[in-house]
Amino acid sequence: MMGGYVEGIIAILCINLIFAYGIYLTAASGQLNLGGAGFQAIGAYVAGVCSNYFELPIVFSVLGGILGAGLIGFLISFPVLRTRGVYMVLATFAFALVISGIILNSEFLGGATGMVVPAYAPVEVLIFSTFIIILIVFWLMASRVGLAMRAVHDDDVVSEIMGVNVKGIQVFAFTLGGALAGLSGALYAHHYSFIEAQYFNAVLSIFVLLFVLIGGTQTAWGPLFGASFFTLVPEILRLGDTEWRYVIFGILIVLMMIFRPQGVVTRTFVHRASKIFYRTAER
Amino acid sequence: MAVPILQINCITKFFGGLKVLEDVSFDLMPGQRFGLIGPNGAGKTTVFNLLSGVYSVDSGSVILANQDITNLPIRKRIGLGLSRSFQNIRLMPHLSVLENVMMGQHCQANRITEMIKPIGWTKNNRWRQRALETIKDAGLEVDLNSTVSELPYGVRKKIEVVRALMSKPSVLMLDEPAAGLNPQETIELAGFLRGISDSNVTLLLVEHDMNFIHAICEKVVVLNFGLKIFEGTPKEVNRNKAVLEAYLGTSAMESSGVT
Repeated sequence: MMGGYVEGIIAILCINLIFAYGIYLTAASGQLNLGGAGFQAIGAYVAGVCSNYFELPIVFSVLGGILGAGLIGFLISFPVLRTRGVYMVLATFAFALVISGIILNSEFLGGATGMVVPAYAPVEVLIFSTFIIILIVFWLMASRVGLAMRAVHDDDVVSEIMGVNVKGIQVFAFTLGGALAGLSGALYAHHYSFIEAQYFNAVLSIFVLLFVLIGGTQTAWGPLFGASFFTLVPEILRLGDTEWRYVIFGILIVLMMIFRPQGVVTRTFVHRASKIFYRTAER
Repeated sequence: MAVPILQINCITKFFGGLKVLEDVSFDLMPGQRFGLIGPNGAGKTTVFNLLSGVYSVDSGSVILANQDITNLPIRKRIGLGLSRSFQNIRLMPHLSVLENVMMGQHCQANRITEMIKPIGWTKNNRWRQRALETIKDAGLEVDLNSTVSELPYGVRKKIEVVRALMSKPSVLMLDEPAAGLNPQETIELAGFLRGISDSNVTLLLVEHDMNFIHAICEKVVVLNFGLKIFEGTPKEVNRNKAVLEAYLGTSAMESSGVT
């Protein structure tokens, strides 16, 4: 049906979107998680082990990946949430390095040679999962939980006075965020059938945080834009001058950071866009 | 005799070696309009922070509706009926006007189903309806979807009062609600607050504008250097020597012939 090239782009877009939503949830409640690759690796390897060693069907191995990454997210959220700002960035970054180190040194997980995961998840599964996750995140952000998360992001003391369980909201966001990053890893493992520790590196963590920060953390549209932009624009630029495409891409990012430092998609932006949309629809 | 809604018993607070409040006690009766005044640094805002739990009380106790809340976690206090605003506006800057106001309802959404129900999607959601009603009653005319950081000072000040009201408080504490408002806005606010008080909400106001205090309050407590120096009606406060000394200083009083 689809060409291999287009299918490949859609698959990576789906994985990036789910991954970005995982990091977005923590960012929306005011925490910066630079350990994304660590959670994705946990999801990928837990799914791989469930599938290869326990011979579970894909649904259950993916579920295992989600639960594994979610559980680790829950556990490390307690020490990590004691830190703030740049210290939290460093703590989560260190976490990802530790995970990578453990995998590289584990014979059971294949060490530096990686792990083959033969059970194959076709791109349709990825598209379906992405669709569900986007719906869930939009739903969550429209609920009181989402409102509380955004309130904690803005002012945690006042949120607490308003009756919000600030610590609870932060742990919830970190756990669910870890679980989503784990899901993206599990899908990655089953779609590409091969995982290695070197893939889940620091650059990947930085990239996914960039998806979220450049897209904007104020609304659930932000990561949708950010992940799509970072995945699709380099491919679109491929159509033109191949030699300069990363230079152009880099300039675009710098321009976005200059003109939209709070993220490309802000609440005001969404509000104005929806006004225009309704006005056009009424005509 | 009626039971006080809020009892403050001998509260003391230290910041390191500095004693910022010493043995301050006063009672608030249900529906009363109460003013807390004093020169800068007297400890007024500290009282608010101790009552709302932002600071812990070093000694003494706070009783709200017969329940000791001295060591109660901050987030549980609003559910018991204690709500407050801040001297320097503390709205959530990235949330819209409506979302800020709806944050005030958070303590009433106790069930998990209330927490995960989308509140922004349907127009006839009951939380949203109540928020819209309160905003209308307060006479707040503003685009409800605009982000609060874009709004003028006076409007933000009013949004904070509306947010504090959303939790249906029994005691509403407002920290300098009239500061920065023009005379017309101040008169409107006084009328609005009297209306709130008529529905049996107890008001505790920190304020510097004495005309505003006279227009609203039935009773006044004066703090100076962390000590309560006076408690009585607003009329009496103008004649009290200790209060005048605290505000004007002894030498100023002597030179102007006040004795």
